[in-house]
Amino acid sequence: MTEFLTPYLDWLPYWMQVLSISLIKIVLIVTPLMLAVAYTTYAERKIIGYMQLRMGPNRVGPWGLLQPIADALKLLFKEIIVPSNANRYLFVVAPALSITPALAAWAVVPFTDTMVLANVDAGLLYVLALTSMGVYGVIIAGWASNSKYAFLGAMRSAAQIVAYEIAMGFALVGVLMVAGSLNLRDIVLNQSGATFFSWNFIPLFPLFLVYLISGVAETNRAPFDVAEGESEIVAGFHVEYSGMTFAIFFLAEYANIILIAALTALMFFGGWLPPIAALDLGAFNIIWFLGKTAFFLFCFLWFRATFPRYRYDQIMRLGWKVFIPITIVWIVVIGVARFYTPLDFLFR
Amino acid sequence: MTTMIKRYIQTFLLTELVRGLMVTGRNLFAPKITVRYPEEKTPKSPRFRGLHALRRYPNGEERCIACKLCEAVCPALAITIESDERDDGTRRTTRYDIDLFKCVYCGFCEEACPVDSIVMTDIHEFHFEERGKQVISKQELLEIGDKYETDIAAARQTDAEYR
Repeated sequence: MTEFLTPYLDWLPYWMQVLSISLIKIVLIVTPLMLAVAYTTYAERKIIGYMQLRMGPNRVGPWGLLQPIADALKLLFKEIIVPSNANRYLFVVAPALSITPALAAWAVVPFTDTMVLANVDAGLLYVLALTSMGVYGVIIAGWASNSKYAFLGAMRSAAQIVAYEIAMGFALVGVLMVAGSLNLRDIVLNQSGATFFSWNFIPLFPLFLVYLISGVAETNRAPFDVAEGESEIVAGFHVEYSGMTFAIFFLAEYANIILIAALTALMFFGGWLPPIAALDLGAFNIIWFLGKTAFFLFCFLWFRATFPRYRYDQIMRLGWKVFIPITIVWIVVIGVARFYTPLDFLFR
Repeated sequence: MTTMIKRYIQTFLLTELVRGLMVTGRNLFAPKITVRYPEEKTPKSPRFRGLHALRRYPNGEERCIACKLCEAVCPALAITIESDERDDGTRRTTRYDIDLFKCVYCGFCEEACPVDSIVMTDIHEFHFEERGKQVISKQELLEIGDKYETDIAAARQTDAEYR
């Protein structure tokens, strides 16, 4: 793309050429992402509805396809109410703090072999750092609202995210031990082979499960949605938010879900790699990546339609006493197998 | 011991969770039970108690003889009747108002009526756009009766053998 645009930008100084090309790339990533977020909310309502033998939204436009646009317009026109004793500055900053990392993490996601905004060598580290930032938005929102429910929701969310962050990090340590690189593109290329048997999810199956479940917990989704827990604490950290500020929390939540789904596809399911070499589509391999992401996205909705909410102490037990030991044990298994036994080939 | 091991295996392979997912997965493709309301409607009983109507005899004479039994039986005091002697010497209502906000749609007025004049139709999709319009007059009630007479008669006919 850079080569395609350069002749048109020749008249600009060099730094502006670089800047404008980056900006165009960012727009090309963020616009489809925002559309995907909007239609994830639609898919969520439709799929959960279907699973409960209902129709889901079907009034706005054909099959209700314009529903997310109607929702967005409604939220745009609603008033933003700031509670009287709230910390005004933090109250407004919190939504921005939660959406920025959710979008920024996409910078290092490789869509195909060549399509990536920033091919950073420490991509995995960058993703881990940014997904951890998201919790600040939640905590600050809960704190600034000056509301008991918001505060409780923020506290729950913080404890949960901290607990599952560790399991998630350890699961990714397994991935980087197998791949020998922190670069997301290299991690995917390391999984290439004749069939999908070369993908990471086979040698790292326990870590894959831990990563996927921690991802659900990390994004505060059902069945780990105690931070929102509408039957217990209304809506958790964002009770006091309305209009566009609420919409931004919503966008951040769904952007995070899509990010986790995309990362699962990259780390464990070979990103843009086709399931068998014969199905290689060349430049259109992005379809494989999007398909895999869509499948994990569907799993998120499927889980929400299926499982009842965990009790708070069960969530903490699962995170600290089950997932972290499993990941540590499997990391040891990988390490021993790779460096002290002839089973190295299993984990390559 | 073996049961414990079995339980551990089941826990770590998430068998129960997968079984749960299968249930919802099956239902994703099951036929949906939603009735898309304005386009599709569920069948209504001939005894359905909806909007009121005043009926006429086939010769066009109004049935109501202003006995005021409906006014007396109405538990919500929604009916207001005034009567006078008509030119031909019969007793007729000069005013027959039903306040549809007071009405509880119990159907007692229909039960009480000796000449099957006041009836409840199966119309349940109605609304008012101005304050005060919820009080419907004798004229409006008769118009509803004239308009839906065939439906009203058919419903009474179906239900007759169970009465």
